[in-house]
Amino acid sequence: MCTPEESGELVSSRFVDLRKGGQRGLILGICLAELVGGTTVLAQEKPANYGLGRTATEAEINKWNIDVSPSGDGLPQGQGTVKNGAKVYAKKCAACHGPTGVEGPMVPLVGGRGTLATPEPVKTVGSYWPEATTLYDYIYRAMPYTAPQSLTPDEVYSLIAWLLFRNGIVPERAVMDARTLPAVRMPNRLGFVPDPRPDVPK
Amino acid sequence: MKHSAKGMKTTGGRSLSRRRFLTAAVSVTGLAAAQALFRPLRAQARAVPEDPTRVPGAPPSPYGQRSEFEQATRLAGTSHSLTPLQDLHGIVTPSALHFERHHNGVPVIDPARHRLLIHGLVERPMIFTMDDLKRFPSVSRLAFIECSGNSAREWRAPGGQTVQETHGLMSTSEWTGVALAMVLREVGVKPDAAWMLAEGSDAAAMTRSIPLGPAMEDALLCYAQNGEPLRPEQGYPLRLLLPGWEGNTCIKWLRRLKLGTAPFMTREETSHYTDLMPDGTARQFTMVMEAKSVITHPSGGQQLRPGFVEVRGLAWSGNGRVTVVEVSTDGGRTWQPARLHDLVLPECPTRFTFPWRWEGQEAVLQSRCTDETGYVQPTRQALITVRGLNSVYHYNAIQSWKVARDGRVSNVHA
Ligand code: HEC
Repeated sequence: MCTPEESGELVSSRFVDLRKGGQRGLILGICLAELVGGTTVLAQEKPANYGLGRTATEAEINKWNIDVSPSGDGLPQGQGTVKNGAKVYAKKCAACHGPTGVEGPMVPLVGGRGTLATPEPVKTVGSYWPEATTLYDYIYRAMPYTAPQSLTPDEVYSLIAWLLFRNGIVPERAVMDARTLPAVRMPNRLGFVPDPRPDVPK
Repeated sequence: MKHSAKGMKTTGGRSLSRRRFLTAAVSVTGLAAAQALFRPLRAQARAVPEDPTRVPGAPPSPYGQRSEFEQATRLAGTSHSLTPLQDLHGIVTPSALHFERHHNGVPVIDPARHRLLIHGLVERPMIFTMDDLKRFPSVSRLAFIECSGNSAREWRAPGGQTVQETHGLMSTSEWTGVALAMVLREVGVKPDAAWMLAEGSDAAAMTRSIPLGPAMEDALLCYAQNGEPLRPEQGYPLRLLLPGWEGNTCIKWLRRLKLGTAPFMTREETSHYTDLMPDGTARQFTMVMEAKSVITHPSGGQQLRPGFVEVRGLAWSGNGRVTVVEVSTDGGRTWQPARLHDLVLPECPTRFTFPWRWEGQEAVLQSRCTDETGYVQPTRQALITVRGLNSVYHYNAIQSWKVARDGRVSNVHA
């Protein structure tokens, strides 16, 4: 595949070319690999670029960019109240999580405060979750279970307001939006520690 | 593979070679079970000739099936299924028996329409087709994937009856794909990027935050499993593989990677996959699956017959290679080295065997492994002394199988 000229040039300038990267670096890298007996290692050492893939458009990114960070990054416009949240919850969530979020049959969303250090811990949004923003991220992406990514921002903010109120974290008059949600301090915010393993003595 | 009684006779004249050990052990345990299965099956299956050398066999087929006499299956719950470790041989899990865990079902994805978007703290946000990804230099390696919830029922009491129930959320494949580092170089990682959000295109849009440093070392974007495209349950057409890390981080049906400065605090790294300690704090980002081993034969639910028994099992570590496996037949009082079989690879189960005679005595079988970091698999007591009973995930204690005088094998806490 490599002409003798290419190979000659390659040997003298291979380090420069390989480090520079670019399409040319790739071709030379492959030539060198052939030259030294078919090993592919050298081709893989080079920094890029293979010229594969294409630039993503703003619209393509926005369509999938649904995550919400603790800083509030990613929260959309919109707002929600506890009162409205109760209505949306009754209609779209209660069947699985119970009328007040405690009964199930699926994961309880309310209660469990003070149980984490007991023999029967109840891990819920209220007792366990460290960040309120995770509620936006998760409810929009994954709930309701049978129709994920179907809720409007106002519905999600309202559901969060209701869930936080039922868990005793915000007052009944709370309004949730892109500014107020990241400011909510979750009861178990400081409850998480980094992994200290190996932790079990021999 | 079943060895016939005739097969045994042909080795009968020789000394008790390893080959004969194997033949005998398989016959004793496998034959009775297999015979029980054959009877009901024969009625519906193709006619089974008395002498297969006297009738022409079946023609070639486009996609092979296992023998109609083989029945090993995954044990399915609502959102997971367990690998039948007790029925398998060797280190690779047949793709059809790889455990499953999903949070809202297995999606149907047309590979021609599937895209991987990489954006966030990158020089140039990019989109890759499956065809693009397959054109990059490729890497193949064997690796286990273990759900961090594997053996979760064993914290408090002996929970599972069989090794499928206690350890079946661990499976092994040869994975092929492109190094994540190579694709990220193509995109250009900005200097302040430290974490990566990986997102699936299933109905859970599963997401995890992955620290970029370790991911750049050995993470793969995989499109193949055991030589063929990924199974739908394993993320077809594209999944992340972080060798040795908890299964949930190996995002299946991967469609998006977003680079950022900090973890994104998704539900799957806060509400779930965090280990609750006795003091009420919880450990977060407990990624590596520490060294673990289990005896798959004899194991819970099996029936021993007196005589030679080959003890067989698997040992693995998310921190590299397994260096030593020991077996105890007296509940951990005394230990003897087991034989490790090739291949011994990092972040990949190693098969071990130990020749034993069972003559009707009560016994408690255990295996204990050590990995190349010097880490020794802990006893359950040592583990719960540190972690208590509420952590749910990352249970890797020594497993005990009790052999009763009648040969019944059951799960116990020794
Ligand atoms: C069809 C049943 C169903 C409906 C309806 C439903 N959920 Fe869920 N929900 C689930 C299941 C199942 C899970 C657990 C998913 C998993 O295992 O990953 C869950 C999990 C959750 C969690 C995470 C709890 C935790 O502690 O990790 C939240 C929050 C939640 N749902 C909120 C909602 C909200 C808000 C609605 C209404 C918009 C809703 N769900 C509707 C079934 C449902």
